Amino acid sequence: MKQFTAFVKKEFLHIFRDTRTMLILLGMPVVQIILFGFAITTEVKNIRFAVFDLSRDQTTRQITERLAANRYFTLVADIDSPPEADELMKAGKVSMVVVFDADFNANMLHTGEAAVQLIVDATDPNQATTMTNYATGIITQYLQELSAGSGAGATLVINTETRMLYNPQMEGAYNFVPGVMGLILMLICAMMTSIAIVREKERGSMEVLLASPVRPIFIIIAKAVPYFILSVVNLITILLLSVFVLKVPVAGSLVLIFLGSFLFILMALLLGLLISNIVQTQVAAMLASGMGLMMPTMLLSGMMFPIESMPHILQWISAVMPARWYIELIKKLMIQGVDGIYVMKEFAILALMVAVLLAVSLKTFKKRLE
Amino acid sequence: MGAVSVHEVSKSYGKTEALKRVSFDADAGEIFGIIGPDGAGKTTLFRILTTLLLPDGGQATVDGADVVKDYKRIRQEIGYMPGRFSLYQDLSVEENLEFFATIFNTTIQENYHLIEDIYKQIEPFKDRKAGKLSGGMKQKLALCCALIHKPRVLFLDEPTTGVDPVSRKEFWDMLAKLREQDISILVSTPYMDEASLCDRIAFIQEGRFLKIDTPAAIISQFGQELWAVEGDDMYTMLLDLRADPRVTSCFTFGESLHVTVREGTTTDQIKTYLTGKGHCNISVKVIEPTIEDCFMQITDDKANG
Amino acid sequence: MDDVVIRADGLTKKFGGFTAVDHITFEVGKGEIFGFLGANGAGKTTAMRMLCGLSHPTSGSGTVAGYDISKDQEKIKANIGYMSQKFSLYEDLKVWENMRLFGGIYGMKESDIKEKTDRILDNLGFSGERDTLVRDLPLGWKQKLAFSVSIFHSPKIVFLDEPTGGVDPKTRRQFWEMIYQAVHDGITVFVTTHYMDEAEYCDRVSIMVDGRIEALDSPRNLKRQTCSETMGEVFRKFARKATRSAD
Repeated sequence: MKQFTAFVKKEFLHIFRDTRTMLILLGMPVVQIILFGFAITTEVKNIRFAVFDLSRDQTTRQITERLAANRYFTLVADIDSPPEADELMKAGKVSMVVVFDADFNANMLHTGEAAVQLIVDATDPNQATTMTNYATGIITQYLQELSAGSGAGATLVINTETRMLYNPQMEGAYNFVPGVMGLILMLICAMMTSIAIVREKERGSMEVLLASPVRPIFIIIAKAVPYFILSVVNLITILLLSVFVLKVPVAGSLVLIFLGSFLFILMALLLGLLISNIVQTQVAAMLASGMGLMMPTMLLSGMMFPIESMPHILQWISAVMPARWYIELIKKLMIQGVDGIYVMKEFAILALMVAVLLAVSLKTFKKRLE
Repeated sequence: MGAVSVHEVSKSYGKTEALKRVSFDADAGEIFGIIGPDGAGKTTLFRILTTLLLPDGGQATVDGADVVKDYKRIRQEIGYMPGRFSLYQDLSVEENLEFFATIFNTTIQENYHLIEDIYKQIEPFKDRKAGKLSGGMKQKLALCCALIHKPRVLFLDEPTTGVDPVSRKEFWDMLAKLREQDISILVSTPYMDEASLCDRIAFIQEGRFLKIDTPAAIISQFGQELWAVEGDDMYTMLLDLRADPRVTSCFTFGESLHVTVREGTTTDQIKTYLTGKGHCNISVKVIEPTIEDCFMQITDDKANG
Repeated sequence: MDDVVIRADGLTKKFGGFTAVDHITFEVGKGEIFGFLGANGAGKTTAMRMLCGLSHPTSGSGTVAGYDISKDQEKIKANIGYMSQKFSLYEDLKVWENMRLFGGIYGMKESDIKEKTDRILDNLGFSGERDTLVRDLPLGWKQKLAFSVSIFHSPKIVFLDEPTGGVDPKTRRQFWEMIYQAVHDGITVFVTTHYMDEAEYCDRVSIMVDGRIEALDSPRNLKRQTCSETMGEVFRKFARKATRSAD
């Protein structure tokens, strides 16, 4: 036990004396979260939109004019078919299409109900929400004026339907927070642990340690302890920042969030150990964890791009990415605030991954040099 | 009981045979030197003996324990300083020493007497980071770290490579003192001039041991008269001497040429020959062969059959 | 004395308050093997960088191959060769590719490179290894090849940085024979080293301690002056005064 504490102490000294790396590790989550906070803009300007008017009566024309006259909206096209709307949106020429049902005016007058549909590009969900709100506001205001003008006092109802074309479940925005958590934990645990172990190999001190009475597995566990603690510190930082700076509420159980995070950290530490078993140089460790773990984590785990819109083959690859399940778990717990019972699947998958990695890394772990 | 006993040990990396059925015994309490150039197999041998590599064939014991089966026992009882060993550069002198003491289940105080002589020299810098020490001081600290648990056998793989001559000399003086403490030492070096400081030496080249004996015995077995020839134009002199059928070998050796000749040839004959070739300021002296001359002779014999 | 090819006059290099090289003055004649000795951190590398035109002296002056080291760096570079034990050849290139590369760097004509490559490989007995990757050659071969490449463009001076550390005695001798041959062909050789057996092969050696040249003479005279048997002893007697330690 004394050996073990001496080891852990040494690892902490290594980390503390490398001030630059330590600052990067502790500062990175802060910078990422804050950058992200600024990147989300709620102000929307110059929304280009198209109109698909099946009714073409006085009311719809006036609503269109109202929208076009607003300083936030610019009318760019008057279209005749749904595919046209799709095309314009995909080409990025418009970010909103207003669809009026046939017989809009007649419906409004007879049943008191008419439908206008807003199709919104929701690549950025925040912007989408803002656009919808603005447009709805303008339409409602017009209709209020209209009913006031008719003097009859009849209440007229307009349904504004919003269809998010590219991001139907509002992926993104808040979901970035779980993504950052997955990325940072992966970086610190997998990358830093593998580099720290390989550094000893490179400098020749691993030979001395292996030729000593210390049990080799102790060397590895001792390496993992400081990074574990560092990860927990970062985890708390991220949670605090997202609650108090980004105003992302923690809707679900904190206990479950931590439990899931510990499972993920353990998994990442094992990945780091596995990498250090295989490679011989710090550069190789950096490349293996950078290219092999970080890149896929960023691109395929659903952090940046929604998994649903990926080609099938990438969806399958994404299914074996631990970060994907972790991010999903945190998303459910933190943002959707579901009960424990609904995240059993994610917990089970992460636990299975830990078990497999544990077996593989113990199997490849060497008590000698080869 | 020998400190180290190696019997027919082989080791290959892929197609490269690093060790080819090597055998030797190092006695308890002696400094056994393994002398050979880079890539000869010294490090592989050390790693097998320190239980870091498994031999492909043959047996080896360290202090009576088998390097494969009893590896745990060996790890308790040896001290090891690998060739490219670096201490933890970001830890201080004292922190390094304390760390190594702890992992060997001991304390600095317990075996202080063993390292006292060496440690006293670096103690004034005990709060300095190991990375800021000079090469010689690093070497001393590394030796302290390898000694702190009072090992029975000490393995030093090229401890003096890249160290300046002053520190090299001091390092060997320390080894001589350790031998008196009843610690067996296995040391490897590419420097021929360090061979004479060992009790016994083994020449190693291309994974094979060429000769094992005391330095004095190896020199006495040289068996030929060795001359040092000097003159103004060393390069043409070298070519001229090699062209003479009476000369059996001729090598550059620092400022002079080391020459062996067929029996019955006299120094005067060679002098006359060289004068005839137009050389000036010729001097021919009979000299005592060095370990390096012996190594050359032995490798030459091997090369010629 | 023969023509002077390297001249250093009060050459000094300071880094902030630290004087790495402190007023060194010496001359090296054509066809000489000049040993530049010193412990790690004594200032050898800094001095050599100034001579090769890679670093400006803080004060003092020097000429190499007749060119001013503070003004004509480019001309100096064209007239010197360099080889170090640490780096010399690209390991992942074939033998002939290395030679073509270095010939090309020094602006040699394609036809000259071809002819010289053939001649050198023939001399070394390496003709069969023409298409071998350098990393697959034994250490001793690499070093011999590296030296041949460093004088490929027939420089006036070749700088060697610890050229033979770690090789077996026989290869080392073959190596020094190549150096002797180069000297015979009129090349001047400047060796920086802290290996004393390399020092023994030099015509004259300087011993650098704490940035200053403490001794400069032939190995024989230095040994006589200090009543020493070997250059190692000579070096120890001078270097003991060192107060600086660096790595």
